[in-house]
Amino acid sequence: MTSLLSFDVERRHAGGPTIRAALTEELAPGQVLVLFGPSGSGKTTVMRCLAGLDRPEAGFIRFAGETWFHGAERIHVAPQMRRVGLLFQDHALFPHLSVEANIGFGLHRLPAPEQRERVGEMARLLGIEDLLARRPGQISGGQRQRVALARAVAPRPRLLLLDEPLSALDAPTREELRGELRALLHRLGVPSVVVTHDRTEALALGDRLAVLAEGAVRQVGPVHEVFSSPSDRVVARSVGTENVVPARIVGREAGLVQVEVGAARVLAVDPGLVEGEVFACIRAEEVLLERAPDAVTSARNQLAGTVTAMSPEGPLVRVTLDCGFRLVALVTRPGAEQVGLAVGRPVVALVKAPAIRLVPRG
Amino acid sequence: MDLQALRLSLALAAGTTATLLVIGLPLAAWLATTRWRFKVLVEAVVALPLVLPPTVLGFYLLVAMGPRSPLGHAWVVAFGRPLAFSFGGLLVASILYGLPFAVQPFAASLSGVDRRLVEASHTLGVSRIGTFFRVTLPLAAPGVLAGAILTFAHALGEFGVVLMVGGNIAGETRTLSISIFDSVEQLDHAAAGQTALFLLAVSFAVLVLTYSLRRRPVLG
Repeated sequence: MTSLLSFDVERRHAGGPTIRAALTEELAPGQVLVLFGPSGSGKTTVMRCLAGLDRPEAGFIRFAGETWFHGAERIHVAPQMRRVGLLFQDHALFPHLSVEANIGFGLHRLPAPEQRERVGEMARLLGIEDLLARRPGQISGGQRQRVALARAVAPRPRLLLLDEPLSALDAPTREELRGELRALLHRLGVPSVVVTHDRTEALALGDRLAVLAEGAVRQVGPVHEVFSSPSDRVVARSVGTENVVPARIVGREAGLVQVEVGAARVLAVDPGLVEGEVFACIRAEEVLLERAPDAVTSARNQLAGTVTAMSPEGPLVRVTLDCGFRLVALVTRPGAEQVGLAVGRPVVALVKAPAIRLVPRG
Repeated sequence: MDLQALRLSLALAAGTTATLLVIGLPLAAWLATTRWRFKVLVEAVVALPLVLPPTVLGFYLLVAMGPRSPLGHAWVVAFGRPLAFSFGGLLVASILYGLPFAVQPFAASLSGVDRRLVEASHTLGVSRIGTFFRVTLPLAAPGVLAGAILTFAHALGEFGVVLMVGGNIAGETRTLSISIFDSVEQLDHAAAGQTALFLLAVSFAVLVLTYSLRRRPVLG
């Protein structure tokens, strides 16, 4: 059963920009919608409005047939009544309570035995059973993250909001949790909205992506589609010029991995900790184009294909190829002329193995 | 030392502290969170006793409690005796005079509690009142306790307002500080010295306690 999230909110900040964001999305249980935008784009404001912590100046918020906010009708449902779980960026665990009491904090309406049962269930799900007696100050950042997630999910919210869920963690913990968090969100079966400015976080966690830039939602779609084919310059600037393609790791050898991308196979550097489904990310600037396969080259990947589209971008040309998957290359105009690029022409794309970044998809 | 006066002073200080916890905490919580434009007016009224001579407050209280004022008259009708020059009147005066000593540290410690913890509690379905007792108050406890102790110590030694409103009736309104004044008037410096030393020791102990509470880091 899906729930429809629909909002159109406007909020002015004293001395700051006006944020206006509108979005209508069907959210399936366990599905993750990423609200992606640079800092200052208003994504945190939107999330706080969804949680009911901030009140928009105008507009509406509706979720699963309920109106949470309506400016003209003066409706504002209190955060307590929305049944929304919120994962704060720095976790905001209650420092005076044990991990157990933190997880059980929102279960005050349940009888005591059920509270204990639910806390136990959450602790098992997140692998934090050993920590129940500790205080938040006595556990690591990654563990705090799990506790905060358990606390947010324990009361069975209808919608889970996550504010930059990985940014407060140190790099190794972040790598470790990135793949796991997505699997966890799917397993929890609650639709989630993740707010982030981090591209890797967006790729690793999201099913669908909404780009928030310059105070408005610019584009919504499957994550790799939005990254690979931004609808306008503003989106392109905020997501970067990158090819993001669904892929699968099929083999490993000597620090390298064999990756199946569409109908093609490529070699990439093994990032470790990654199995199965991934996103292969290749920056358009790092794709070299040649007329024919080169006998001697250091590039591990030579992909034969045809040019499907070309569009000039200042001194550069954006060339779209079909080489078993859709690949965009950014080359200079003289470079394009030298190779004799034209739509329909065969071409060979060279991609170095280290230029392919793999992001886990849990 | 005048044990009757000691007992009276302790009762007065305890009553004042208890009452100020009950009315001071909600007031402080309101001051710590409200965005009302005229909040400064309330803050100024609360802080008045800090700068006002005790005799001024005492004078107005005396007038308000007098039989000719509506309040004083109503009190006489209800309880059959005037509020002025009674323990009850003393308590009212002491509560008003102690307001800033309770409310200011309460408000400071309550507003020091991380706002996001309060918000986290709200999103977990806990009401504002529930959040106050489960999150804000426990985290502000050292500051609230320090404020309560300070209020107690201040009420224990209060002189000016007590003298204006309560006078000097043994067993009813004669507190420790009045008894010191009394002893000196009667040239009984030994008794005055004893009581004074006692109050000095108590005040010093209270301040040591208060400052050590403030230094204590929040649990976690």
